[in-house]
Amino acid sequence: MMSNSYLSHNTIVSAYGFDSANAIHQISNEVSGLQLTEDPTILPQPFFSSRVSGEALEEKYDLLNPQERHTRLEKMLLVSLSKTISASNMELTDRVGLLISTTKGNIDVLEQKSPFPEERAYLSALGATIQRHFGFQNQAIVLSNACVSGVLAIAVAKRYISEGRFDHVFVVGGDLVTQFILSGFNAFQALSDTPCRPYCKTRSGINIGEVAASVLVTNDTSNLVAESVKVLGEASCNDANHISGPSRTGEGLFRSATNALHQAHLQADEIDYISAHGTATLFNDEMEAIAFNRAGLQETPLNSLKGYFGHTLGASGLLETIIGMHSLHQNTLFASKGFQELGVSRPLNIIERTTKKPIKTFLKTASGFGGCNTAAIFQKVGD
Amino acid sequence: MNSSFQIERFCHIRNHRISVNGEMLFETPETDFAAFIKASYKSLGLSYSKFFKMDNLSKLAFIAADILLKNETEKKIALVFSNRGSSLDTDRKHQESIENTADFYPSPAVFVYTLPNICLGEISIKHELHSENAFFIFDSFNPSELQAYCSSLLRTSNSEKVLCGWVDYDKGKYDAFLYVVAKNGIFAHTSEELTRLYQTI
Repeated sequence: MMSNSYLSHNTIVSAYGFDSANAIHQISNEVSGLQLTEDPTILPQPFFSSRVSGEALEEKYDLLNPQERHTRLEKMLLVSLSKTISASNMELTDRVGLLISTTKGNIDVLEQKSPFPEERAYLSALGATIQRHFGFQNQAIVLSNACVSGVLAIAVAKRYISEGRFDHVFVVGGDLVTQFILSGFNAFQALSDTPCRPYCKTRSGINIGEVAASVLVTNDTSNLVAESVKVLGEASCNDANHISGPSRTGEGLFRSATNALHQAHLQADEIDYISAHGTATLFNDEMEAIAFNRAGLQETPLNSLKGYFGHTLGASGLLETIIGMHSLHQNTLFASKGFQELGVSRPLNIIERTTKKPIKTFLKTASGFGGCNTAAIFQKVGD
Repeated sequence: MNSSFQIERFCHIRNHRISVNGEMLFETPETDFAAFIKASYKSLGLSYSKFFKMDNLSKLAFIAADILLKNETEKKIALVFSNRGSSLDTDRKHQESIENTADFYPSPAVFVYTLPNICLGEISIKHELHSENAFFIFDSFNPSELQAYCSSLLRTSNSEKVLCGWVDYDKGKYDAFLYVVAKNGIFAHTSEELTRLYQTI
């Protein structure tokens, strides 16, 4: 008998503060975390971003009694994961896994001014550092699969649990706002010089933000929280079309969503809410509209949370899944921040105002460079 | 959990040699990666212009995958790759292009390869695979975690086979070991057997 997987204790470290409740509270009030940032060491021109406060991070980090020097990203991941582990009160036995989701890890150590050696840029070194701090018995598993990493990490944790490899997996995801990333997206002319507007007619590109998010994935129904959800289905499919451009037919996302529905034994109309990727680039949002229409999901209430956090890269899918858990728990559909008028060629039911509504099941999707797409379906455990 | 899956075939690319199931397929005296991989491309009779735009990691993964997939008819093949260096070889190139404001020339064509899973996209495009992708980073080849993950994919996703393994390119050094996991095959899909096959040659 294969074990079911549930998402439980969770912590979001973001511009809003150091736990999930801070972020949910601000999102409920439709307050964006995006701010105009002037930092020529990252980008010559000012840019919109949401970043974790350095000072407040140091305070939280110092409380962890660190035994070695950590990078900024490591501090964010440690602060997030520490809270999740403590809340779960779980002993870190050999049945507990550690899964880290990141696209670039400590990429800032490649900068000449970095005080850390280049070896810290290796993602396995990042994994070992996190493992060592908490004393996990198992080697960290690092997943680096572009912008689907965060939601794929949940699918990977679920698969390891269903295979009997672990009973519990702590998943932690994070990426930094760096010159490396901003200069790259800027070279693609993908950055917006205003707060991003997913699916909107006036959208003009993405904002990059940073968070560290963590969640306990477990087969143990006795260690759940009020906002816990069960993982009903998940699937990933490549577009097999282009390494940097989204598919014009939404092929991979369409297949991911339909395969996830199939695994969950659900029909499209049984999904109450879609937490979509919605980066606010012209091509991504259009691709999603095509895919959701092909999958019969065009009437399902949908938002992108990028208008609150920006695109948080390897953490985004995990972050947005956690918000989705709280959305179900509070029976609230959060407004898709920045949206004014539909700017894609197919109908979508964008959530324009934060509204109370009984909701039980949601679909999380993500798409990324390399043509990757992931969809996962979650259902509320409570009630 | 005991695995009921098996390994159909495997491929190594290391020390300027390519072998399949332990048998030598191609060898060249070229020790430099660029020259070696170009010679490999030619010897395989490939005609695929996109190859020359790829970064080193993608070229390495692409050639190893092509050898194992060229006669494969099954399209439900998941791609599960891993390595140590992620895309650091290309990351360093991008970093070099932005390090000095006086000499600032970031290129989208380089930046897109600063993700390890881009090679999975390249292989998916060539072989028309709309399948599961995952790229893991480990300190060294990690057969037990890969074995568990592949078994789970074959049991619970709609994948019929998995092309799995290790593709690492870092500081001029390269090492590829890819294998096909299926319901039936020649070698046991166990951690011990994977360790043995990885070390073959």
